[in-house]
Amino acid sequence: MKYFALVWAGLFRKKARTLLTLASLFIAFMLFGLLQAVNHAFESGVSISGAGRLITNGRYSIIDNLPISHVQRIRSLQSVASVTHASWFGGTYQDPANFFAKFPVEPEQYLAMYPELSLSEAQKQAFIDNRTATIVSRSLAERFNWKIGDRIPIVADIWPGKNGNTWEFELVGIYDIAKDSNYADALLFRYDYFDENRVFGQGLVGWIITRLSDPNKSAEVAAAIDQMFLNSNNETKTATEQDFLLSFAKQVGNIGLIVTGILGAVFFTILLVTGNTMSQTVRERIPELAVLKTIGFTNHGILGLILSESVLMTLIGGGLGLLTAMLVVPGAADALRSLLPGMFLTYSSVLYGMLLALFLGVFVGAIPAIKAMRLNIVDALGEK
Amino acid sequence: MNQPIATLTDVKKSYRNGRHKVDVLSDLNLEVKQGEFLALMGPSGSGKSTLLNLLGGMDKPTAGAVEVAGKRIDKMNQTQLAGWRANHIGVVFQFYNLLPVLSAQKNVELPLLLHKMSAAERRKRAATVLEIVDLTDRAGHRPAELSGGQQQRVAIARALVTDPMLLICDEPTGDLDRSTADEIMGLLETLNREYGKTIIMVTHDPKAAEHATHILYLDKGRLSTEAAA
Ligand SMILES: Nc1ncnc2c1ncn2[C@@H]1O[C@H](COP(=O)(O)OP(=O)(O)OP(=O)(O)O)[C@@H](O)[C@H]1O
Ligand SMILES: [Mg+2]
Repeated sequence: MKYFALVWAGLFRKKARTLLTLASLFIAFMLFGLLQAVNHAFESGVSISGAGRLITNGRYSIIDNLPISHVQRIRSLQSVASVTHASWFGGTYQDPANFFAKFPVEPEQYLAMYPELSLSEAQKQAFIDNRTATIVSRSLAERFNWKIGDRIPIVADIWPGKNGNTWEFELVGIYDIAKDSNYADALLFRYDYFDENRVFGQGLVGWIITRLSDPNKSAEVAAAIDQMFLNSNNETKTATEQDFLLSFAKQVGNIGLIVTGILGAVFFTILLVTGNTMSQTVRERIPELAVLKTIGFTNHGILGLILSESVLMTLIGGGLGLLTAMLVVPGAADALRSLLPGMFLTYSSVLYGMLLALFLGVFVGAIPAIKAMRLNIVDALGEK
Repeated sequence: MNQPIATLTDVKKSYRNGRHKVDVLSDLNLEVKQGEFLALMGPSGSGKSTLLNLLGGMDKPTAGAVEVAGKRIDKMNQTQLAGWRANHIGVVFQFYNLLPVLSAQKNVELPLLLHKMSAAERRKRAATVLEIVDLTDRAGHRPAELSGGQQQRVAIARALVTDPMLLICDEPTGDLDRSTADEIMGLLETLNREYGKTIIMVTHDPKAAEHATHILYLDKGRLSTEAAA
């Protein structure tokens, strides 16, 4: 620890250069953190709580509706723990720019299906008890400044109601979404009210969600569901939630490859920048290093000094970058929730980033440090 | 008082420059006694710095024995030599060679980092030697904020702080004007007389050499008490 002041002073020997190097490290590692979070949104697909759910849509298009009787029939299959459904309501709140999902659902069954959504028992009971009740995610409530008891009017575009185009719901609950979940913000209301009050389409649902008692059986059960409705008027296509999301992600491109490519380019640049800084700092300091040796610093002591400087530099720059990513990601995740749900920076990603910074420090410091270690006092003093 | 502190016996030092071998020192013998202030003079390239580097354990002879305070330092490896230097030698260079990023105080504390002692103890010792070289009021200044003479005094304080038995100075006044040089020589003389430090100094300046107790001349690899004509 007593050498810290010496290492620190050496690091900031040329302030501007070190600050610039730190800035590039900072940006590189912040980018690393952000891209890890984006990657998480795509790769994790299903959160832990979402594992083992199947999504059943119409075979030819996800906008084809299915008869509600399918729900009962799927329930009868082996390895199926529970089944519920949801529908796409569409509709507009005040302005078409206010885009968010609105699903009519079966309150109890739906909340049981999605344990990553949490709200108080009292609010949940209010949702079950009131026909025109609705619950919304916390970020939606904050976005539109909704309070419990507010009446929220939604103008229908697909589903006109018996009393006109405007559906009015009473806000009875605000739910939180588990951090690592990719569940997108939605306004949830009751399917029974929806079904009774709509002008047409009674008895239809948008898609069916099935929870398995054994997540390993997903392929078999998905096949069994589609088999059951084959050659009926309403054939189905069933996939795991993960596959469903991945197929969506593939339309965007191979995210993993893009992320790796960007990071590769960034780290190659960083390698050059930090490597250059370290070799320059040693070259400029040859007489000083010779003096340290004259005073009695051993060759290994000098090696350690230069390596410490290098590692300190990458850890500071990398650490600040990762820290900033940690601070920025939750906000970005909220802002992008309806677009890219599930952005999350895991601790293991941060740890991985810190290890990367450590490794980078050792890697770029090694050659200059070895050069400094091998300096011969007499020759080095002569270079004045 | 008259114990030999450093002895060179049949010392030979040669450098190889490509295919040419240059013998800088050959069969050189020298004895420096405790408490001496030895000035070493001679033409440029005669090997004065080379000799000093051998005595200070910064370089090793090609042949012969270098014994300092009863230790054969020519037989030590690099790590042993580093430790030995830390404990027994103080070095002052022509160009001060202070670390530009550290204050005078921190520069003086530097050698103490290699010794087991508390930060408070380091601070106290550095303050004491800064007082000896009369720089207490500049302790917080960086080298760039000090004059050449002041920087050299910081360098002398740094060489003294571990209380070494041998002080080695290579042209300590070579970069200073006359009056500043006299000041520095006065300081070295005080260190020799009042603090009993053994000093070996290389200089080109006859007036500087007058402060020493002995003068030796090195020319063509030989030592003598007389300057060559
Ligand atoms: N590393 C080296 N490689 C080859 N030759 C060297 C080396 N170091 C010194 N020499 C040669 O050894 C000789 C003595 O050098 P040294 O530096 O000891 O002289 P000096 O008496 O201190 O000279 P000056 O008064 O100019 O400082 C010179 O001829 C020099 O060229
Ligand atoms: Mg010389």
